[in-house]
Amino acid sequence: MANQSGQGLELVGLRKILGGRVIIDDLNLVVNKGEMVSLLGPSGCGKTTTLRMIAGFLIPESGKVFLAGKDVTEIGPEKRPSAMVFQNYALWPHMTVFKNVAYPLKVRKMSKSEIEKRVHDVLEMVNLMHHKDSRPAQISGGEQQRVALARALVQEPDILLLDEPLSNLDAKLRVKVREDIRELQRRLGITTVIVTHDQDEALSISDRIAVMNDGRIEQFSTPQELYDAPQTEYVANFIGSLNRVTGSYENGAISAGSDVIGIRPEDVFFSKNQVPGSVAATVTLVVPRGHFYEVYLKRSDAELRAFVSSEVPKAGDAGFANITKALIYRDGKLVRTA
Amino acid sequence: MANDVQPLNLHTKSIGVKAILLVFSIFMLLLIVGPLAWLAIHAFAVEWLFPSYQPTGWTLDWFRKVFEVSALVSAMKTSFIISPIVVLVSAVICLPAAYASDRYNYWGRRTFLIMMFASNAFPKIGLFATIATLYYFLNLMGTVVGVIIVQVLGTIIFMTWIPAAAFAAVPKSLEEAARDAGAGKFRVFRTITLKMAMPGILVAMVMSFIYSFDEAQGTYLVGAPQVYTMPTAMYAIVETYPIQVTAVFSILLTIPSVFLLGLARKHIIGGQLAEGFQIK
Repeated sequence: MANQSGQGLELVGLRKILGGRVIIDDLNLVVNKGEMVSLLGPSGCGKTTTLRMIAGFLIPESGKVFLAGKDVTEIGPEKRPSAMVFQNYALWPHMTVFKNVAYPLKVRKMSKSEIEKRVHDVLEMVNLMHHKDSRPAQISGGEQQRVALARALVQEPDILLLDEPLSNLDAKLRVKVREDIRELQRRLGITTVIVTHDQDEALSISDRIAVMNDGRIEQFSTPQELYDAPQTEYVANFIGSLNRVTGSYENGAISAGSDVIGIRPEDVFFSKNQVPGSVAATVTLVVPRGHFYEVYLKRSDAELRAFVSSEVPKAGDAGFANITKALIYRDGKLVRTA
Repeated sequence: MANDVQPLNLHTKSIGVKAILLVFSIFMLLLIVGPLAWLAIHAFAVEWLFPSYQPTGWTLDWFRKVFEVSALVSAMKTSFIISPIVVLVSAVICLPAAYASDRYNYWGRRTFLIMMFASNAFPKIGLFATIATLYYFLNLMGTVVGVIIVQVLGTIIFMTWIPAAAFAAVPKSLEEAARDAGAGKFRVFRTITLKMAMPGILVAMVMSFIYSFDEAQGTYLVGAPQVYTMPTAMYAIVETYPIQVTAVFSILLTIPSVFLLGLARKHIIGGQLAEGFQIK
């Protein structure tokens, strides 16, 4: 993809030390204008630190932050063209919903009528007009989340930053709100960076995902690429489910070797009949997982898990198992897929 | 039976327990309301001497008398001038300290906060005596400024600790959200931090006012005989006027405290302000 970051976001060689520990080291990231990018990783990987450097709450030890083509590395959060939705929403409890959303405009010394109009528009957009005079404590968590989003959007920022925006919502609401956010983001064409530890969330909402590990970006690509061809063993383990076998992989069979072979459970198939490449296997355990079953298989060369949704075998069944796709890693790096 | 142990049920308690509770309640009531009732009765009584069961008659004369004595009226004026100034001076000095003690982790921060307590830990009269010697040197004896300084010393503990807790209770993310929304540091403090800490600060102000209004030891030592506030004027009244005048004056002394505490209870602790701060 061509680099259009002139209007988006660019992080160059960021390094951040907190409490004597290097949290972020030589981090580079380019987010195109209008793109939605997730920073995904386990807690402590530095994703929130990265977001806070983009927002301006942290100043990097070295490196540069460019927002909408401007170097903002040394500029405070109040002067950056970014707006953030905080994990706990950070709504001001002593102000009504209306006043919370109006605050950024008031700070910008906008006229009263202009403020009124813009706040109404944005509250209309997130469906909260009926709560405009409520206090944050009087509305539900999902509604608080929308107020926080409205407060960010009303600023018409060049970059929208979302810090684990869905982590405080219950599972059902989370799916709905993330679709709402995605829809809104597409409609407004706003460059967005979202921090999350939830791979489902990242995979379903983002144009591209930056998987972070220990202060670095392991891989930055589209959700599909990330899933199909995880460039490192770490990413393969982190995204989706994985059978991990040490050996050498050739034509669906595993022999002695030192490569790490990663096989997605959905790429393992069990059947009563032999097909080319399949190896004799017995079922050792079947675990129901809701809309599919996790089937544990014992082959002569490896123990594998398979995801099965129809014609579910029983424990003790004998048959054949074949592998349709494998990821082969050497020294943690992807060397080939087969 | 397995369920032998029954929880203490206060609705179906025995006559004996009820009687004990009743006696205890009356005792507590006497303890709290008794002295105030005694004052109130004396303030309006012509005379009430032991062993008679009731006053010889009722009158408003003692109130008139209090307001006739110019020394008492001037003491009241002085009190109502000094106490608000003490609260303001204390707030100006202590609120930044309270904020700093929470937001900046400077060297010796804990020690500083503990020292606030230390000044209240040993007998004040010793502290005041030392201050008095310093005051002679600085020509502050018998001056309003001297009295204000002595009273401010006593309010420091309220004005630092309570607002420090109030500032600490303001989540940092709320300030960050305001910075992110475009507000500068001072505006964030004014519109977010200070606003949210206000209930705590008001409580500290009320406590400080009550302390200042009631402070007698240091005020007497430093202020008398030039500066008299209501409590120090009491010393003179007790010796020279009938007990009824003392009662009237005590009641006058109580009114602002009761009024302020009532206000604080209604608007700060139980009121809307507090309600708005409970966030899920």
